[in-house]
Parts: sequence; structure tokens; C-alpha cells
Amino acid sequence: MAIGLEHYLILSAILFCIGLYGALTKHNAVIILMCIELMLNAVNITMVAFSSYIVPLLLTGQVFAIFVMVVAAAEVAVGLAIILAIYRGLTDIDASNINLMKW
Amino acid sequence: MGLVIAFWIIAVVAVISALGVVFLRNVFRAALSLILCFITVAGLYITLSADFLAAVQILVYVGAISVLIILAIMMTREVQQGSPANKMKVPAFLVAVILLGIMIYTVTKTSWQVASESPLTPTTAPLALKLFSESGFILPVEMAAVLLLAAILGAIVIAREK
Repeated sequence: MAIGLEHYLILSAILFCIGLYGALTKHNAVIILMCIELMLNAVNITMVAFSSYIVPLLLTGQVFAIFVMVVAAAEVAVGLAIILAIYRGLTDIDASNINLMKW
Repeated sequence: MGLVIAFWIIAVVAVISALGVVFLRNVFRAALSLILCFITVAGLYITLSADFLAAVQILVYVGAISVLIILAIMMTREVQQGSPANKMKVPAFLVAVILLGIMIYTVTKTSWQVASESPLTPTTAPLALKLFSESGFILPVEMAAVLLLAAILGAIVIAREK
């Protein structure tokens, strides 16, 4: 059985939904960030699979995946800086306890 | 045949390590499981003939982002290890399962027009032409540089000691 486009898309959907469940459920802010990175990787797999199966000579999906990696790296840097700043003030990174600005 | 075996091994390890990220209790072991997931995603890129992207994935995700995440875990040690009950577990699980069902249904019902050409290998020179040529993606490349500069400055300002 040859590997078709559907295999890659279903694998990417599974990874995305696992990351979605983790981002919605976990308490630790760093684990929420790790689950967001998981979702971004799943989307990257989808992009590259589409590019490789439907328009193999254009490579547009791989260019898009490179830019998604750039944005993910920038987001991780800023997100972890925010988490470190919160930890310095509160000594707690439980996402349910960071609620000072809640009405 | 080798590609089929490689894909199934990589896919199973990717799903298991993704489940490990979400369900492992120790935060550091979840980060190590995430590194394993990134490496399997790089393997998936190789099965898709995206060799440059696989190398960049290892360099950027495993080499830089994972190190940043482990640094943040080391600096934000939680004092108590118990995890209180989360009242979002059942709705989040339902949402994830329903979304997965919708996506799998859509993917299997659509008739994809798969091209008959095989992908370009190696991809470094065509990617360079596509990114840096005049009719390519040169403007997003320059904007990505500005974005990274802004992100670095922002992270330094937010995380420094007063």
C-alpha cells in the first residue's frame, strides 16, 4: 500500500488535535507553549505534504513552512520571556493563577 | 517499500511522543518527548523529499527552540508537583475528537488531484531561487528579518532584571 496524501494529512490532523487538547487542558504555561509548537509542526507537515503531492515542481508549501518556522521561533522567544517575567513576580506559572487582570 | 515502512515507523513514534508531551507528569520529560516529536517530523520531511526543510527543522526546532524551552523549564521550577483537577478536560477532549473526526472525514472524502511528477530533489537551489529572486518571496524574507529583530528586542526588554 503506497503512502498517499491522505496518510500525511490524517497524521497531521492527529498531531494537531493532540496539541489542541494539551493547549486547552494543561496548567503549566510552558507545557501550553510546547503544545502550541506541536500544532505549528502539524500545520507544517500539511503544507509540505500538499506541496509535494499536488504541485511538486512549485515548492510553495516548503517556502510557507520556512516562514511558519520563523514565526514560531520568534513566538517562542517572546512567550518564554513573558513566562520568565511572570515567574519573577509571582513564583508560579500555573495558568489558572495568573488572573490579576481578570474582571 | 522502504518508504512505506519508514513512514509507518516515523508516524507511530510521532503520535506516541506527541501523547507523551501532553500526558507526562514531569515537565522535563515532556520537553524531551517534544524533542523526539520534532526529530520524527524532520524524518517525515525527508519522506516527502523536502531535504532542506528537514535540516532546517533539526537546526531551528531541536537546536534552538527546544533549548529555549528547557532553559525556561529549568528557570521556572514549580514547588509542588500535584496537578489539580481541570474542569476543562471533558469539553476539550470532545472538541479535539470532533475536530479530528471532521478533518479525517473531509480528507478522505475529497478527491485530491495528485500530480504525477515526482518532487524536485535536491531542494536547496530551487528554494533559494524561489525565496531570493525578484519574482519570488523576497519581501517576506526581509519582513522575517525585521520580525526576528523585533522579537529579540522584545524578549530582552521583557525578560531582563530591573
